[in-house]
Amino acid sequence: MKQAAEPPAEAQPPILSVQAVDKRFGARHALRAVSFDVRPGELIAVVGPNGAGKTTLLSILAGVQQPSAGRVLSPAAPSAGRRAIGWSPQNPALYSKLSVEENLRLFARLERVADPDAVVARMLEHTGLSSRARDRVEFLSGGNRQRVNVALGLIADPPVLALDEPSSALDPRQRARLWDFLGALAGRSADGPNTSVLFSTHHLGEVRRYATRAIVLADGELLFDGTPAELIAASGPGDDDLEGAFIAFLTECGH
Amino acid sequence: MRWLLLKDLVILRRSRLLVAMLVVYPVVLALLIGLAISRSPSRPRVAVVDETPPGQTVQVGSERVQVSQYAQQLFSQVTTVRVPSRAQAVEKVKQGSVLAAVVIPRDLASRLSSSIAPARLEVIYNGDAIEQSLVRSTLNSALAQANLGFSEQIQQAAAKAIDLLLAGGNLSIIGAPPNLIGLSQIPPALHSILAHLPPGAERRQLERISAFANFAAQNLSVSKNVLQTVSQPIQVKSTLLHGRRTPLNTFAVVVAVSVSLMFIGVLLAAGGMALEREEHVLIRLVRGLITRERLLVEKAVLSAVCSFAVAFAMLAGVSAFVALDWSRVGQWLAALAFGAVAFGALGVAIGALAREVRAASLLAFLLSLPLAFLALVPAGAVAVGLYDAIRVVSFAFPFKATLQALDAAVNGASPSIGSSLVHLAGLTVVFAGLARVGLRRVE
Repeated sequence: MKQAAEPPAEAQPPILSVQAVDKRFGARHALRAVSFDVRPGELIAVVGPNGAGKTTLLSILAGVQQPSAGRVLSPAAPSAGRRAIGWSPQNPALYSKLSVEENLRLFARLERVADPDAVVARMLEHTGLSSRARDRVEFLSGGNRQRVNVALGLIADPPVLALDEPSSALDPRQRARLWDFLGALAGRSADGPNTSVLFSTHHLGEVRRYATRAIVLADGELLFDGTPAELIAASGPGDDDLEGAFIAFLTECGH
Repeated sequence: MRWLLLKDLVILRRSRLLVAMLVVYPVVLALLIGLAISRSPSRPRVAVVDETPPGQTVQVGSERVQVSQYAQQLFSQVTTVRVPSRAQAVEKVKQGSVLAAVVIPRDLASRLSSSIAPARLEVIYNGDAIEQSLVRSTLNSALAQANLGFSEQIQQAAAKAIDLLLAGGNLSIIGAPPNLIGLSQIPPALHSILAHLPPGAERRQLERISAFANFAAQNLSVSKNVLQTVSQPIQVKSTLLHGRRTPLNTFAVVVAVSVSLMFIGVLLAAGGMALEREEHVLIRLVRGLITRERLLVEKAVLSAVCSFAVAFAMLAGVSAFVALDWSRVGQWLAALAFGAVAFGALGVAIGALAREVRAASLLAFLLSLPLAFLALVPAGAVAVGLYDAIRVVSFAFPFKATLQALDAAVNGASPSIGSSLVHLAGLTVVFAGLARVGLRRVE
């Protein structure tokens, strides 16, 4: 693995530590001893070709799947368990016959949050969907559904949010609005800790624009962990385009 | 779990068409099945060409039997359409306005009287295999009934003639001289003559004649009973080995309610379970918000409560028209509850294995309908091997056990309700286990 220079966030203690996580599906090796730390306020992009293990990694972090070997620790909140990580799967996981508000309230109750009504109001405000609160999800645009999907991942106020290709079904304008929202989540605020966001994507432009850190996976192996600028630099001179640099990097690594 | 239950109730309330279909469809289907079982089939329309001259009779001894009586009995089981000629009858069969035609030939009476050549009817029919089978079985049954009735009349006429031969009297109607001595009167008459005859060849000759007359009179008397036996050689005596006799209409109620219970329970549970996967919510729920077991229980309970409520309402509603024993209501509730839970378990197993609501609903429907049909196939209606296979399939699914439990609860029929409830409880455990296996995969 090529290791880039230390990012500024590394000065803080990790809130999530992924240690030698390995996953096998029969004979197929989906993840090979993947290790990295997540620190507060980081926006970490997980990139790689199809079948690289991105979704498997995120679903293990979310607790949907168990690793074959290795472990995922939350040093800051060791007893939090799955509550340490919010999860938004690739397809919006919402009840389409329920309204935005009803979806949020249901999951707030299932998450046993202290004050479901207050959490619902906060999520509606964060997602900018207060005016659509009583609309059924089936009548929302793809972008707004994805906002509710992300909000459900945040409803228990986790320190880390895992998003599986959150922008894959959105048009450019909806994508921009989603990233504004996620950026605000990870941005520094005076009233509490920042949420770290891990997201998988195939849009390398988004990685360059919004991510503070990029993790490159290929065939289940972690090939790179550093900033987008460092990824461009790692691919050698002559290419300051992230997509080109990413392809060159994979080729150089034999993928 | 209560939040998920409330959520499902809200979703059901907002899916009015689905709920209406879930309730109306099985109820209508169940009522149709019930009607089909409890009502006798309508009489098929049959064209009749009666070529016999009006008032024609068959001579049996001193009696005359009207041929028209035979026709009346023959057509008591069909709706007759009188047509004047065979050609018109054939045309009506071709057009499909009647299912068959029967031609009673002109020489029917003479053939019956002659006893040399059997009388023949001509049956003309058409239609598809089912119609042909219906017409043939109906006409065969009608012919058997008419033949039986006609032979009874002939037997009665023959018995009357035998009585005349035995008792004597005016037998001029069969061509005998008037005031003829009866066969049974000959032995006493000869006995009084023999008392005055001296021994010798004449006396021995008369004694032989007397013995013959005595023997003939006794045997002719017995032949009346023989005639009666021949006209109806086997009579049926029915004995029910166990339980109460179940009236057909209350059994039809049990079938109708069981079908409704099955459709609502299975479809609702399968659809509700598959919805969690189709909406991609399952992956979020099983992250620790709710265990897979509790999710299965929630779906099975919701469907069981809904199907139980509809089925009980059906039973209560039907009791206004069909006499049901309300003192057994405790057993009704037990049978309905166990059946509803078993169908719910089957439904969640289907829903857990299917990826989407439509697939789950289709699978539930395709599985339920043949199961109900198979459970209603009576023993002896199909080959032994096939019936054994049907019994195994029916045993492995909850419909037959529910039908038996409800029949025992409503009608006191056998087997006892206890064994059926144990069977249903076992099936519930098996299908819940299958559902749990199906939920191992969440995506």
